Amino acid sequence: MYDAIVIGGGHNGLACAAYLAKAGRKVLVLERRHVLGGAAVTEELYPGFKYSTCSYVVSLLRPQIIRELNLAKHGLTILPLECSFTPHLEGPGLVRWPESAKTRDEIARYSKRDADVYPEFGRAMLNLARWVKPIIDMPAPDPTSFMPQHLSAMAKLAQRFRSLSPEALSQMTKMMTLSAVDFLDEWFESPILKAPMAVSGIIGTFLGVRSPGTAYVLLHHYMGEIDGAFRAWGLSKGGTGEISLAIARAAEQLGADIRVNAPVAKILMKNGSAQGVVLENGDELKAKIVISGCDPALTFNGFVGRDHLDSEFLSHLDRYRLRGSSGKVNLALDALPEFTCRPGRGLHMKGDIAIAPSIDYLERAYDDAKYGEFSKRPYMNVVIPSLTDPSVAPPGKHVMSIFVQYAPYHLKGGADQWPQQRDAFGDTVIKTLAEYCPDLESKILHRHVLTPWDLEKEYGLTEGNIFHGELSLEQLFFFRPAPGWARYRTPIDRLWMCGSGAHPGGGVMAAPGRLAALRILKEGAV
Amino acid sequence: MPKPTPFHARIQPLCESYDWSIWAGQYAVRAFDVCHEREYNAFRQATGVIDVSPLFKYDIRGPDAAQYLSWITVRDLSTLKVGRSTYLCWTDEQGKVIDDGTCSRIAEGHYRLTAAAPMHHWFTDNARGYTVTIEDVSERYAALAIQGPTSRDVLRSISRDIDVDGMRFFGVQEGMLAGIPAVVTRTGYTGDLGYELWVEQHHALTVWDALFESGDRFGIHPAGLNALDVCRIEAGFLMMGVDYTGAFDALIESQKSTPDELGLGWMVKLERSPFIGQSALRYERKSGPSVSTVGLEIDWVALEELYGRHGLPAALPATAWRDSVPLYKSSRQVGRATSGSWSPILKKNLALARVDSRHSKLGTCLDIEVTVEWARATVPARVVKTPFYDPPQKKAVDSNV
Repeated sequence: MYDAIVIGGGHNGLACAAYLAKAGRKVLVLERRHVLGGAAVTEELYPGFKYSTCSYVVSLLRPQIIRELNLAKHGLTILPLECSFTPHLEGPGLVRWPESAKTRDEIARYSKRDADVYPEFGRAMLNLARWVKPIIDMPAPDPTSFMPQHLSAMAKLAQRFRSLSPEALSQMTKMMTLSAVDFLDEWFESPILKAPMAVSGIIGTFLGVRSPGTAYVLLHHYMGEIDGAFRAWGLSKGGTGEISLAIARAAEQLGADIRVNAPVAKILMKNGSAQGVVLENGDELKAKIVISGCDPALTFNGFVGRDHLDSEFLSHLDRYRLRGSSGKVNLALDALPEFTCRPGRGLHMKGDIAIAPSIDYLERAYDDAKYGEFSKRPYMNVVIPSLTDPSVAPPGKHVMSIFVQYAPYHLKGGADQWPQQRDAFGDTVIKTLAEYCPDLESKILHRHVLTPWDLEKEYGLTEGNIFHGELSLEQLFFFRPAPGWARYRTPIDRLWMCGSGAHPGGGVMAAPGRLAALRILKEGAV
Repeated sequence: MPKPTPFHARIQPLCESYDWSIWAGQYAVRAFDVCHEREYNAFRQATGVIDVSPLFKYDIRGPDAAQYLSWITVRDLSTLKVGRSTYLCWTDEQGKVIDDGTCSRIAEGHYRLTAAAPMHHWFTDNARGYTVTIEDVSERYAALAIQGPTSRDVLRSISRDIDVDGMRFFGVQEGMLAGIPAVVTRTGYTGDLGYELWVEQHHALTVWDALFESGDRFGIHPAGLNALDVCRIEAGFLMMGVDYTGAFDALIESQKSTPDELGLGWMVKLERSPFIGQSALRYERKSGPSVSTVGLEIDWVALEELYGRHGLPAALPATAWRDSVPLYKSSRQVGRATSGSWSPILKKNLALARVDSRHSKLGTCLDIEVTVEWARATVPARVVKTPFYDPPQKKAVDSNV
């Protein structure tokens, strides 16, 4: 009998298992697919080309996890991305470099004022990020509880708030309430600069750059920078799956058992308490506790069953917003394409490439999605990892990862329209990108298109939400995934949560997995 | 004025940062860019190329070459086979380390020794009675280190007759590189898979051009000393003049070190033919060294807290540091950290240190001095094993590792 069974071999499930195993607990991880990683996965879908099929960049993977689990020894290397490139149909586009002087020259082409303000903005964000950062490294306290530990954690938070200058407090409030565009309007004048900055506020959400609340997510982009790294965004060598595999190797070395091709059908319940799991093949596996790395909808509607839950929790669950809004196109390329606005193969191609020419372009892309269609000209975030990490493609050839928004899960005719729409969606993406690099189409050896429907069916992400639930304020911190249940416990006795649907949320951080394990151990659950 | 190395014509235009250092009287790049990060990543995930021509190089030839080298260095080189190289050091009569380097047996009766400092005089003085010739070939040969996980692919792409895949760690081969006669050794200073290429200086540019042309698809990138310094600390390699003072440079006795003190005792076999320093080292071996060289991992959480007390985020120098810092055990100074660096790959704050041997056991917790806002404080640092970073491909022969 196991101390704990973890459902789902994604990076969080594996991290949770590794920490439990490190504390001497007997853990089993069950992964439905043939490959570990969940949405942090590398798959060789075309011979010689390793796609980071879903998640493709990493910013906030907690450095203490790399240290504590010795992930470098288990093969993990994070390679920083060079820059952020925004190509335009006319003019040279915009590149934001890690070197501030170079960025200044780039921005000054469009606004001398913005060029001055840009580093100021960075400092202000860094200051706020420092305030918020400890939150992602601690379990969320329960604001309604009078337990001493919660009271003192709340008091500490209040203390931190009070220590903010009035100016910072005002920034913080704006950040929590404004739209990304409104927030940026307070700082910058050039729409060419604002557009690629604003997109950080909408990634993975079903909101537009002008929707209130999107400013907060901008802040997340500055948090990675205070972890002792020069640049916040990076690629995992060998693809994003290497992060999961490194954690898996660490977990196995610490004694955890990991099984692939082991789909869970349901959680074994007895007297309102989780006893273990039943696999799809009928095998019953018992454990003292069950930990779900899957999203709240799949966990409770799928594995637990609604009849085990009270109506209040169910109503929270039903209002929990998943609404996937993005898709992914992965390409194998025979050679590197060329961007018309910046010809040649320079460093500008070694960063992330944002198709976000203007605020209106982004808002129009959202307009399509509002009425149940994928964007005719979508926002795209393109990365060519093989330029930074030659190991993911044969020599001289390349892999291109294209994150696409918006692709609403609920199409006008229903989500099940997606299989018929998949090719049209892929064509739209290629056609739009080809406006910026006309030779793209002639270089494509293989194309792999993932719609939100595919993300749900293949990767178990309900409604194709890449973060296991939107990263909007009302679904974060004390409220993730439901008020009163932000500390990895669930209304079901002996069932815990450790995935991105738990605090502090999505992204390849592995923080929910680690914090859940530490919480479970601290509470003596096993 | 410093002299250009044989690769200068190619390196100079690439060094956009103008960040030059002088290494043994020659121009060496600290970082090609304003930050060395890109170069560091080339070493750790693709291939970094660094010009190591300023190394001192000596060709030792003759029937007595093996006995002679076994006399002047601490290693018994009579067992070094043709096609093999080895890391070694040499000491004075008191067993104090003068310098360290590699010795390669290129052919029967032909060895090449590298050194950080000029040694011709000392090598010649100690050659009396041996039938050997000692030639200073420092200027005759240009040298490039190509280091990193894809360096095998890079090397394979410019060589026809060298058995790149069959070459073991510390292997040596002669052959043609881009049509140029060269010696290739599987050695380096990064602790990863890597090679050093030795060619006559007038062929240097041909080899450079070939490397960068065919290495492009394997992510080849020129690298400077700053990136190398971070890598060598991750690899736990000592640097003469930084982590220890060579016996010829030391002003006082306590500045000198024996191989045992530097953790190089493993290369000293005392029960063999006589060598310089042997009796002193034999004497030391009985009692054990009083000072030891160790690796330290500096507690990151404590460092963050210390900075936090000043309202600051933890800040680290962007490059490796090499100004010694005191180490304490229960408030008594027990040694000093000699160099260190933040390790981007391990996410750890590392240092190399010389400590009183009583406090050198693995796991020992010491306190390292840290100055924040001009106020002195200490944070815990734990003695850990070196190399800190030791990737499997370093020694592997199989190219799939």
